[in-house]
Order: sequence, then C-alpha cells, then structure tokens
Amino acid sequence: METRFTRGKSAILERPLSRPKTEVSVSAFALLFSEVVQYCQSRVYSVSELQARLAELGQRVGGSLLDVLVLREKNGRRETKVLNILLFIKVSVWKALFGKEADKLEQANDDDKTYYIIEKEPLVNTYISVPKENSTLNCAAFTGGIIEAILTHSGFPAKVTVHWHKGTTLMIKFDETVIARDKALEGR
Amino acid sequence: MSRQSNRTTDSKKMNSELFTLTYGALVTQLCKDYENDEEVNKQLDKMGYNIGVRLIEDFLARSNIGRCQDFRETADVIAKIAFKMYLGTTPSVTNWSPAGDEFSLILENNPLVDFVELPDNHSTLIYSNLLCGVLRGALEMVQMAVDVRFAQDTLRGDNVTEIRMKFIKRIEENLPAGDE
Repeated sequence: METRFTRGKSAILERPLSRPKTEVSVSAFALLFSEVVQYCQSRVYSVSELQARLAELGQRVGGSLLDVLVLREKNGRRETKVLNILLFIKVSVWKALFGKEADKLEQANDDDKTYYIIEKEPLVNTYISVPKENSTLNCAAFTGGIIEAILTHSGFPAKVTVHWHKGTTLMIKFDETVIARDKALEGR
Repeated sequence: MSRQSNRTTDSKKMNSELFTLTYGALVTQLCKDYENDEEVNKQLDKMGYNIGVRLIEDFLARSNIGRCQDFRETADVIAKIAFKMYLGTTPSVTNWSPAGDEFSLILENNPLVDFVELPDNHSTLIYSNLLCGVLRGALEMVQMAVDVRFAQDTLRGDNVTEIRMKFIKRIEENLPAGDE
C-alpha cells in the first residue's frame, strides 16, 4: 500500500462527506478564476489552446467531484441511462457548483448523439471580458471540462465543447457506443 | 465594465467546493508545469499578489473601513472581516511580538485545503501559498510592506496552520504603486 494511505498525517479520510458548511464569496472565486485564466493564457499561443487548457483544469475538478456528488445526492447509485445522467448534471451537478439548476437541457433535432446544456450567464464568464480580437474565447470551456469528466468517469464517454449560442451552450456529443447501449437498454 | 450593477451580485456567497477544487486543479497544473516545489511556491505567491492588488479595492468598497491606526487594528480587520468575507472563516490572531510588529494568524478552517492530501514527493510545497501573496499584495496597496509566510501547516503534519505576518515599513506615498 502506498505510504500516503497509512501515514495518518491528516484526518481527511475520517471526514464526513455531507454537504460542507463553508461558503466563500463569489468575488474570491472570480479573482482566483481570473488568475487561472491569465496563467493559462501566458503559456499558450491560441484561443483554442487556452480553451483546451481550461477544459483540462475543469476535468480535474469534475473527476474529483463526481464520487462525492453521487454519494450525497444518489446514495451511491450511478446512472446508467443517458437521460438520467444528463438530468443529474443539469440538476445536481449544477446546483453543487453554481447554486442553481442549468437553464436548459435540449437534444439536437437532427442527431441523437448530441445534447445541449444552455446557460444564459455562466458564472465563470460573469467577470471575464472577452477581447474583440479573440471573440471566440469562452471561459466556460472550464465548465465543459468538468462536465466531460463527469460523463466520461460515469461510463458515458463524450466530447463537450463550448459555444456562444443563446448565451453559452455546452454541446455534448456522446460516443456512438453510448447511444447504442442506451437504445439496447430501452428495447428490453 | 459596469461595476455598479455587479455590486449586488458579487457579494454573494457560494459553496466553497468549486473554489477549493479549482484551486486544487491550479496547483496540480503548476506542479506539472514547474516540476519544482520552490518554483510552484513562488508562482502561487505571485498569483496571490495579483489577486491581493485587486481584492483590496473590492474589500475597501464593500467594508467601509478607513485607514488602520496601527498594526493591531490591521490584524483584526484581516482576521475578523476580510477572511470572514472572502473565505467564510475567522482565524485567530496570536503570538504578538513585544514590539507589536509581528503576529500570527491561526487558521482552523482553510477552505483551500478541503479534500487535499500532499503526496510525499511534494514535501516542500506550500500548498496555500497563494494566501501569502494575497495578504502581501492587498496590504501593499494600503502602503504597508509586510512579510507574510506560512510558519506551520496542517497539510505538512503540523497541529495548526499558522501564517506569520511581519510589518516591515510604511511605504511612502510618492513611490509609484506596484513597485516592489
């Protein structure tokens, strides 16, 4: 066993997983996030690289968040259906992160693999002014990363991209296998 | 930017987990980018400084606090108002030096470190070093040069988390702001 599990320096494993009482101010988060964006920006050459970096950071957050949310909100039961995992994200994940449900969840008309989560004013964009010359930049790529990690770690491999459309839209494109599996489950 | 209209929204509180995890993702990224704990510590301090320089404006506008008369008052404002306002926790102020130019903040709850355990190969990483930069940057904007460092850290096996603050000097007003 790795030493860090036996060392007992911190009582982290003894902590209850219930909802934390602590709250921080939104300004503290905004200032931190703005530094994160600036730091990422200092190490990339293009908007798409910057978004990729933010998404990568978001994926770490999502990966850590999934288990604790499943335990808290779902008594440890994981979702197996596409619609349920999407609702879990729209409701539980969004509430845990931003204190409210996501504005909208939609399915693409022409494509059964594609879903949209639409958020008019995402928190991570509230304080970021997008420069004209980089108008495609959307810091919600960070949220996209969180969602992508949650989906992938739940067994729904997907690509999440972020677009300026009716506010900010996260486009979720599931892997073909996910949709095929879901249809097979429905057929039973 | 329309600051006025944002005023009401940004005094809002949020669940600390997104904050904690975002910070954790940042530190992880820095560890990957720099490979050396000392460099990560420096970078965290630098980012904290940038935050502090901006945070002080937000703080003064929101708290209605005027100039502090002495370092003791500064300590109280930091612990009881600023920490409470931004991180939702109130550290205790102790260990005053006889000259009254040095004190410690004892942090019982550090929202930056929920969920965090340091792996053994990062024994020199000062995980929450961002806070030192924030304090230094913010105080510099109100003409106080202060040395801030972590004296103890529960993440590294100490019983408490202690930030030591030492007053260095009052910065003359005619110096250009932001020069170190």
